[in-house]
Amino acid sequence: MKSLSEIETTSKRATRAAGFSWGVSEEVGKCIRLLELFGLPGIKNLNSYFNEKKLNNFEDLKLINKENQPQKNTFCPINLGVSFLDQIRTLETFKHCSFKNIAYPILFLPFLSRASEVIGKKIIFNFDKNLFLLNFNTSISSNFTQEQCPLIAKDVEINFLDNKDNFSELEWINLYKLSEETFVEETDSLKQGAAGAGLTDND
Amino acid sequence: MEVELRDPNIIMKLSRLGSFHQSKLSFLRSFLNEFKDWEYNRDLFDLDKNGFGVVVYSFKKKDRVYSLICFANKIQDDERSDRVIATKWDAAFTLHDGVPNKNDIERLKKEVPKQEVGRLSYKELTLSRANKSVRVFDHVVENLSNGKQPNLDLLEKVGYLYRTTAVYGSGKFGLADRFRIKNRDEINGPFRLEMMLVYLVRQFTFDQVNHVAKNKNPKKAVKLDPKICKNLGIGNSTGLGMAPFIVNHPTLLNNWIMSREKALKKIREIKKVNLQDSNLFKQCLRNSIKNITSWNTESEYQLKKIKDLLNDVKKLLDFIETKFDFETDYPFNELYLWVEKKTCEECIEYIVSLMMEPYSKIIEPLVKQMSSEEDKYFTIPTNRKVEELRLIIESKYSNILSVDFQKKQNYKKFWFISKNKEEPRIADRFEEQGSELEQPLAIARDIKNLHEKLLITKKDMTIDKFLCENPDLRHVVRRAFIIEKFPYSEIQDNTISENTIPIDMLRLKLSFFGALKFDPRSDKWLRICMFQGAPLPTELKNYDDHWVYKLNS
Repeated sequence: MKSLSEIETTSKRATRAAGFSWGVSEEVGKCIRLLELFGLPGIKNLNSYFNEKKLNNFEDLKLINKENQPQKNTFCPINLGVSFLDQIRTLETFKHCSFKNIAYPILFLPFLSRASEVIGKKIIFNFDKNLFLLNFNTSISSNFTQEQCPLIAKDVEINFLDNKDNFSELEWINLYKLSEETFVEETDSLKQGAAGAGLTDND
Repeated sequence: MEVELRDPNIIMKLSRLGSFHQSKLSFLRSFLNEFKDWEYNRDLFDLDKNGFGVVVYSFKKKDRVYSLICFANKIQDDERSDRVIATKWDAAFTLHDGVPNKNDIERLKKEVPKQEVGRLSYKELTLSRANKSVRVFDHVVENLSNGKQPNLDLLEKVGYLYRTTAVYGSGKFGLADRFRIKNRDEINGPFRLEMMLVYLVRQFTFDQVNHVAKNKNPKKAVKLDPKICKNLGIGNSTGLGMAPFIVNHPTLLNNWIMSREKALKKIREIKKVNLQDSNLFKQCLRNSIKNITSWNTESEYQLKKIKDLLNDVKKLLDFIETKFDFETDYPFNELYLWVEKKTCEECIEYIVSLMMEPYSKIIEPLVKQMSSEEDKYFTIPTNRKVEELRLIIESKYSNILSVDFQKKQNYKKFWFISKNKEEPRIADRFEEQGSELEQPLAIARDIKNLHEKLLITKKDMTIDKFLCENPDLRHVVRRAFIIEKFPYSEIQDNTISENTIPIDMLRLKLSFFGALKFDPRSDKWLRICMFQGAPLPTELKNYDDHWVYKLNS
C-alpha cells in the first residue's frame, strides 16, 4: 500500500512534469492526497488526465463568473480548481454558479472540498445526476456509485449552503426535552448554596 | 527587563545556521527524557556465530510497544559503501508499531534489507541501515575475544562501531504516515521515532560485538566495558538529502528555531541566577574544552571553526573566572552580550546551547512546541491585496532583496533530484545539464522575482487575480504569507550562490537532532556522531541529563 506521503509527493512531481508551475503542483499533491484519503480514485484519474492532456487542449478559466462555458473544448480541472479555490470568497457571494464541460470532474472535487473549509460553508457539487456534498474538508458525501467516474461533467451546478440546521425546530425541541431527563431538580436549600447566591446583580 | 527575540536576518543566515550545536532542545535528548521510564527489553537475539541473523528490542509502557527489528547480513568488503547509491549494508533496521509476530518478521526479512526498493507497511514507523566501521569493529572483536578491552585512543578517534547512512520515516517506502500516530503523547516532538531507532541500533552494535567476540573465543572472551559502550555512539553519513527538507517545511523550521530563540530570551531575562545553576553552567563550559579538543576532522573548513571555537571558549572561561560576577542582575544577558561582541558565530551558538543546561523548566514546555501542523498554513489567503504582500516581503526578506540575481555568481548553482536514486543534488547550471528541471529551492531568487512583479502591479489588486496572471510565482506567494506569521521559517540567504556551502543546511538539521562532532568530508556531505556519551538503555531510569558535557568521564 502506498502511503499518503508518497501519493502527495509523486502527484506533485508528476504535475510539475506535466507542465504546471511548482505552486500549482503543490496544490495538486495536496488534492490527490485528499481524494485518496477519502477513498476516491485520485491517482487513477490524474494519470488518465495527464495522458489525455498530451492529445487534447483543455481550456483554462482565469476569472470565474456565475455562469461559465468553455469556448471549444473542456475545462482543465486543475487550473479551474485552483481558480475556484483562489476566488472562493467572491464566488460565495453568488450563492450558486454553473459550468459547462469540466474534464475529469473528480479532480475538481478536492478543490471544492478545500474551498468549503475556507468559507466555512458546505458546498454541493451536482453534475449529470451525480451529487457530492463537501463538508468543510472533513468528509465528502455522495450518491455516486459507479466504478468509473465520468470523464466529462457536462452540466455542473455548484451551490453554497448557508449554515443552517438540517432538522426542524420541532425535532430539536423533542430531543431537547428528552435530554432534560438527565437533569436533577434543585431544592430550595441547593439553590441557596449555589454559586452567586446571596449577592444581587447590582452590587 | 524584556529581551527581544534575535533578528531572523542574522540568525537565519546560512553561516549562522551552520554554526548551531546540539542542546537540551535536541531531539535525541528529548527522546531520552520522554522514554526514560519506559520498559526496555531485548525480546529476540537470534544471531549466528559471525553475528548474522535477527534481533528485536522494544520499549514498552502500558499497552504501547515499539519494537526495533534488526537484520544483520553478511556482505563483502567491496559491497560496503556509505553512499546513498549502495544496495547492501551490514545491517538493516525497522521500528515496528507493536509486537511483531513471526509473519511480520518473515515479511520484513525480505523487505527491510532492500531499503529503498523494499516495501514497508503502515505497521512500520521508521527504516534505516548501517555499515560497520570495519577497522574499529574488528579491533574490538579481536581484543574482547582475547580477554582485553580495546584501545581507547582508536575508539575515541572514531567514536562508534557502526554508521547509519539514512533514517527514513513519515510515509517513505510505505511506512506509516505521520497522521496515524501524531496524537500519541510520547511522540509529541519531531523525529522522536527516528531517534528511538538510532538509539536502539547503538545497543545492537554493542550486543553484536560482544556476541561475535564470545563465539570467537568462548573461554577467554570478555564483554565490552559498559563505560566504554557509553562513550560510543552511532555514526552517520549525511548527504544533501536533508537540505531540501528545511526549505520544504517552513513552519516546522520556524518552530525549531523559535523554541531555541524563546529559550535564550527567557534565560537572558532571569534577574538572579542561583549558585547551583551558575555552577552547572560553568562546569559544562569547563568540560567543553574536552569535547572540543576531542572533535576530530580533516576538513580545513571545520578545523578552522573548531580552532576559533576553542580559543573563544577559553577566552570566555577566563572572562568568567577573572572578571565576571554571576551575582550581578541578569547575568546570562550580560554574558550573552559579551559573547556576541567578542566571539565567533560558532562560539555564540555553542554558548546559547550551553546556557540551556540548567533550565529544564524553561526547555521542556518548549520541546512540546517543536512540531507543526503544516497543512493549516498551506492555503494562500487570496483575498489579501498586492500591497500587503509587497510590504510583507520588504519587511521579512529585506536582505534577500539586495541580492543581484543578474550576476552569474548569484545563480550559479541549481538543485535537482537525481534520476537514479531520487535524491537531491546541487550542480553548476553553467557546466551541468538539467537546470530546466530545477527544484523550487531557490527561494531568494524567486522572492526577488515576485517582489519585482509586485512593484509593477496595481496595489489594490487581490492575490487571486495576481495569481491568475502569475501562476509561476505561486510557491513563493505561499511562503511569503507563511513568513508573515512565522518569522524564522525561511533561510535568509541565497541557496544557489557560487559561495553556498550546502553542509550549513545539513548542520542546522543535525544540530537539532543532537549530533556531535560534525566532520565535513566535502561541502556536500559530512559525518557525525549521535548518542556518544548517552546513557545505556539499562541506565535510563536514573541518568545524568548533562551527559553531553561529561564525555569520557
